[in-house]
Amino acid sequence: MIMATLTKALKPILGRQLGNAAKVFGAAVSNQRGKPTYTGQIIPPPAKYGGRHTVALIPGDGIGPELLSHVRELFRFSCVPVDFEVVNVNSSLTSEDDIKNAIMAIRRNGVALKGNIETNHIMPPNHKSRNNLLRTSLDLYANVMHCQSLPGVQTRHKNIDIIIIRENTEGEYSSLEHESVSGVVECLKIITRTNSLRIADYAFKLAREKGRRRVTAVHKANIMKLGDGLFLQCCKEVASGYPDIEFDSMIVDNTTMQLVSKPQQFDVMVMPNLYGNVVSNVCAGLVGGPGLVPGANYGRDYAVFETATRNTGKSIANRNIANPTAMLLASCLMLDHLKLYDYATMIRGAILTTMNKTRLHTVDIGGQGTTSEVVQSIMRNIESGGPLTTEI
Amino acid sequence: MSIAAARPALFLSSTRLLQPWPGLKCTVYKLKSPAVFCQREKSSYTPPPAKYGGRHTVTLIPGDGIGPELLNHVRELFRFCCVPVDFEVVSVNSAASSEDDINNAVTAIKRNGVALKGNIETNHNLPPSYKSRNNLLRTSLDLYANVMHCQSLPGVPSHHKDIDVIIIRENTEGEYSSLEHENVSGVVESLKIITRVNSLRIAEYAFNLAREKGRRKVTAVHKANIMKLGDGLFLQCCKEVAAGYPDITFDDMIVDNSTMQLVSKPQQFDLMVMPNLYGNVVSNVCAGLVGGPGLVPGVNYGKDYAVFESATRNTGKSIANKNIANPTATLLAGCVMLDHLKLHAYARMIRKAVLKTLSETQLQTADLGGQCTTSEMVHSIMQEIQRGGPRTSGQI
Repeated sequence: MIMATLTKALKPILGRQLGNAAKVFGAAVSNQRGKPTYTGQIIPPPAKYGGRHTVALIPGDGIGPELLSHVRELFRFSCVPVDFEVVNVNSSLTSEDDIKNAIMAIRRNGVALKGNIETNHIMPPNHKSRNNLLRTSLDLYANVMHCQSLPGVQTRHKNIDIIIIRENTEGEYSSLEHESVSGVVECLKIITRTNSLRIADYAFKLAREKGRRRVTAVHKANIMKLGDGLFLQCCKEVASGYPDIEFDSMIVDNTTMQLVSKPQQFDVMVMPNLYGNVVSNVCAGLVGGPGLVPGANYGRDYAVFETATRNTGKSIANRNIANPTAMLLASCLMLDHLKLYDYATMIRGAILTTMNKTRLHTVDIGGQGTTSEVVQSIMRNIESGGPLTTEI
Repeated sequence: MSIAAARPALFLSSTRLLQPWPGLKCTVYKLKSPAVFCQREKSSYTPPPAKYGGRHTVTLIPGDGIGPELLNHVRELFRFCCVPVDFEVVSVNSAASSEDDINNAVTAIKRNGVALKGNIETNHNLPPSYKSRNNLLRTSLDLYANVMHCQSLPGVPSHHKDIDVIIIRENTEGEYSSLEHENVSGVVESLKIITRVNSLRIAEYAFNLAREKGRRKVTAVHKANIMKLGDGLFLQCCKEVAAGYPDITFDDMIVDNSTMQLVSKPQQFDLMVMPNLYGNVVSNVCAGLVGGPGLVPGVNYGKDYAVFESATRNTGKSIANKNIANPTATLLAGCVMLDHLKLHAYARMIRKAVLKTLSETQLQTADLGGQCTTSEMVHSIMQEIQRGGPRTSGQI
């Protein structure tokens, strides 16, 4: 606690040089949040007074606000000891103050739940994507998406169980572009050794933790020899330190083709940013759509939870037809992260019962239910599980 | 164009006279008169003139993996059907680090105008100075448009039905510029180049093709919310060109959403145009949707040249020389080539036989879940053609 207050006291004085200063003053003066355990997992922020956690909530645009209010409603109903600090980000403003406030709130709380913030194409190029700014400022380097076939949802492919780990900060999303010659635009795709090693390490650690047998690296090293070649090489180096886990690699075009015909062959996949975007959307489509899969962005010190495919859903906003499953499952992931496992299991169980047994589906997966009906059904399932609040 | 059409004999003879001095060809033409210019330089592509006896010469690049055996089947089939095409075989050794082989192939294609090729392997273990041979070929010949027509074939097992998508992919720039450098150790910058000229060109091509084929909608696939300048320029060029084609609906979609929609509802797409890397991914997704890499042919068009191959450009090393590869993609690519050379009757004949054979499930190869070998399938295609009756005298 003393170290935490000391760091906080030094922050305004040293500002950006804090990193160097911390190294100088000694490894002792480090934020408790940065300390990895022996498995490399980050320690959740300490519970505040009364055992209640505070989590930053960024409503975003489109269906974000309505789904997140359902999450809050559900948490209040289940007496989950989490308080939400709501930070609004106005995507139409050109000033970056809003997103900076959000980032500060997340630094303060350590955990966030967010909806997608819209990026308007019409804005000038110096208006950076707010979501991207958030991810890079907080250095949320790993995006993890666990794609599973749900038994109650009708899909063409069955028994899919893939974990996709996507590098979240560099690659094609570096936002570095310039037009040196008029009519010729150069976009820079940055691949660095440190980040590639970091994400590969994360992938193998996660695979080991979850008992997975195989990690597949997805790349395009036959064309981008230096860039993706470096990424592939880093993955191979890390793989040699995990002899119990099989490692193979596949080119991105072949991967997408295999995913569409035989997705059951994949176990854990690790890849740079853009391929991760495409592959995770393909997998989301295979298990039933963007309304079903939650995603998590992990950094060394922070974690932000959202839907995996990051859709704004402008066309279905405020019509009570959006699928709340992805956002609710994301909130369960958040509860797991905060070590509130019982609440997480309870809510997840209720969601899956509604999805698989009651089969109350929203329009996107072929049903007739509205968002509020689905949430009501989940709450009924929780209630029917018996009075849990006294037992926890 | 009309002058050339009216006096083809004169052009042919003057072409042959000047052939011994290839270096002088173009300059001489320009000095002589505007009428005497190479037939190929016209804006609408006309196939190279047939050589003596009405037979075309086409460059054949066997490539690696399943390429050589499948192209042998193509030659066998063409010989059987008496197709008036001669193949000039140019081998490219992918293991050699010198670029002479691929330069020879490029020269051969410049000479003949049309080529049929298998995929040339790019070994990852070779140093970065070794460029992908396929890529070198495409950029040297400026084959700027890759067209892939993805159709659900009856009789082929797949999860989706009634897919009919044409994918037009920019083939020369984008992420495939092979421009990378490592200024700081451990930090690699890959440059993705998007130019206004090429984006306008590919968009023009897409809309022209859409109009020609009677398509109603063109969808541009991009990631302009992140790559604002790059894909933003591409999107803007597409919009400008779309303004000149009011009869065709134009919309755009971000690449991640496109792939997700393709996997759930591919029937909504009609014609799609996109930069190089997204084209690669999207065309592979579509190939997977209609049944796999063994079924779809692909074409690379340039202003003056056309190269035909399988759409997903697989080398198929693991199934090489085992007689289990699916010949459909290569055979259909051969048919598209015959259409290009305006030998439509032959193209129709072979295509009909291939599709008929494919729809019979006991004649499908292993990749589609059948038991048939490549040679059995080609043999039954030949039988099917024979059953159609004597064509050589009749309909050509």
